[in-house]
Amino acid sequence: MALSIEEVCHIAALARLSLTPEEERRYAEQLSAILEYAARLRNVDTSGIPPTASVLRVNAPLRPDEPRPSPPRERILQNAPQSEEGMFRVPPVLD
Amino acid sequence: MADLTQLSLLEAFHGLRRGDFSAEALARACLERIQALDDRVHAFLTLTPELALEQARSADRSIQAWRRSPDAPLPPLMGIPLAIKDVLCLEGVPTTCGSRILEGFRPPYTATSVERLLQAGAIALGKTNTDEFAMGSSTENSAYGPTHNPWDLARVPGGSSGGSAAAVAARMCPAALGTDTGGSVRQPASFCGLTGLKTSYGRVSRYGLIAYGSSLDTVGALARSAQDLLPIFLTMAGYDPLDSTSLPEPLPEVSLEGISLKGWKIGVPKEYFIEGMQEDVESAIRAAVSVFEAQGAEILEISLAHTDLALPVYYLIAPAEASANLARYDGIRFGPRLEGQDLLEQYLLTRGQLFGPEVKRRIMLGTYALSAGYYDAYYGQAQKVRTLIRQDFEQAFEQVDLIACPVAPTTAFRIGEHGDDPLSMYLEDVFTLPANLAGVPGMAFPVGFDRNGLPIGMQLNAPHLAEARLFQATHAYQSVTDWHRRQPELSREDPA
Repeated sequence: MALSIEEVCHIAALARLSLTPEEERRYAEQLSAILEYAARLRNVDTSGIPPTASVLRVNAPLRPDEPRPSPPRERILQNAPQSEEGMFRVPPVLD
Repeated sequence: MADLTQLSLLEAFHGLRRGDFSAEALARACLERIQALDDRVHAFLTLTPELALEQARSADRSIQAWRRSPDAPLPPLMGIPLAIKDVLCLEGVPTTCGSRILEGFRPPYTATSVERLLQAGAIALGKTNTDEFAMGSSTENSAYGPTHNPWDLARVPGGSSGGSAAAVAARMCPAALGTDTGGSVRQPASFCGLTGLKTSYGRVSRYGLIAYGSSLDTVGALARSAQDLLPIFLTMAGYDPLDSTSLPEPLPEVSLEGISLKGWKIGVPKEYFIEGMQEDVESAIRAAVSVFEAQGAEILEISLAHTDLALPVYYLIAPAEASANLARYDGIRFGPRLEGQDLLEQYLLTRGQLFGPEVKRRIMLGTYALSAGYYDAYYGQAQKVRTLIRQDFEQAFEQVDLIACPVAPTTAFRIGEHGDDPLSMYLEDVFTLPANLAGVPGMAFPVGFDRNGLPIGMQLNAPHLAEARLFQATHAYQSVTDWHRRQPELSREDPA
């Protein structure tokens, strides 16, 4: 179940992670070992077993759609690497 | 004033109540001890002395007002100094999660669990070191350097709540908050000779807990005894409308007076006594089980049949959830930004260079497990096996009231011992992971020492929301033993 360097690069790209060539090699090896170990789940008979997404019985409880005050804008922008006129400044998204 | 730090949480509380000393004096004593020892221990990432002293003075005013007209009991955490793991938000105070990608981040709000403790009069001394984003079992994955175990500075305090554990073990504070996603409160408690509580999933609000694995994360605490942990638990637990996984069930009434374990059934799972477990760990656990038996409990051998699958299940589910939770770290709204030619390069550089190796490994594992073509075989299958693990616990609790088992296969290992072998580190978690997968609570507490003088911990697990049983049984054990009273030489050092 070894991961190739190409597969590691593909996953890293999906996850928006830059890797050095040394990291590509090291993670390919380490992730392969971990996935090899995880593959033992393949042989477990789970027919008829429902998946557990949450250990809680009730999920996503609802509340009335009542507007509440938002935190002040300045507070939210305090941690922004770059901001301008009350907005986050970002590189262009569209060409 | 150094002797104030030798007081347990309850002793400190009674001293404050009687007026033996002020909350300010107690906070100062803790801050002095931190100053004297932390260059060797490195428990803290950020100290908040001005905030702490301000809170202490406010607590002193409350205590004085109470003494003038004591119509209600003094809240049990009034004036008590606490350390807070750096994955929990404290408004305006740097919160890094042990990562460079959150360097300089000051949260615009405080976590509910922390807020409740502060409202009750507790004092925040500072933020403690953690494995990056709580991913790790040794605190060696912190981007800010490891924390050293006060019992032996060449060894790890455990992880990921290693900073909190080291702070309490070194007597820098009577208690500290931690979080437990795969064992991160119980294992450091075990490595540092402390009592640590992993709460039931949904019992304590996760609002303000920076997310790692949302179906697994829990807020917990570490202190010197079950008695000391109880007021922290009762104050921070309970429904929070800001956390959609927070449970409305009322908190239990927990009395620690006159506990008798007669008739209690304690299950010992055979699958937890594996080859490769350190010999003195096994004998200490078995001796502790005999203590419970001597107190009247019935010991039964039980089976948690899918125990050996917990590790692969966890290391697919937790990374999958982490890959989604950590997608927000993109240099856009918070944290440092590494600029590139374009937006994509900004993401790649910011994340690639500011996340540490373990975090990157887990993000990639999770991304792979969730990716098209692999989802059913990996993540989907892991979720189904998780159901089997949950059912193991449900079935066991039909026969027994509590489950007793080891916390870790070893005692505290040396810093650097696991080298660059992630899988060997993951194997440290085998005994703690199942409780997170099942959502059940667990309490770790010291039951002996190994031949190197390092603490050995044991854990009790209870059904979901049955924390009361954990407190009572652990307290019963701690009433007839004194392992929890032992402390490292370092903690006795006089800062003066």
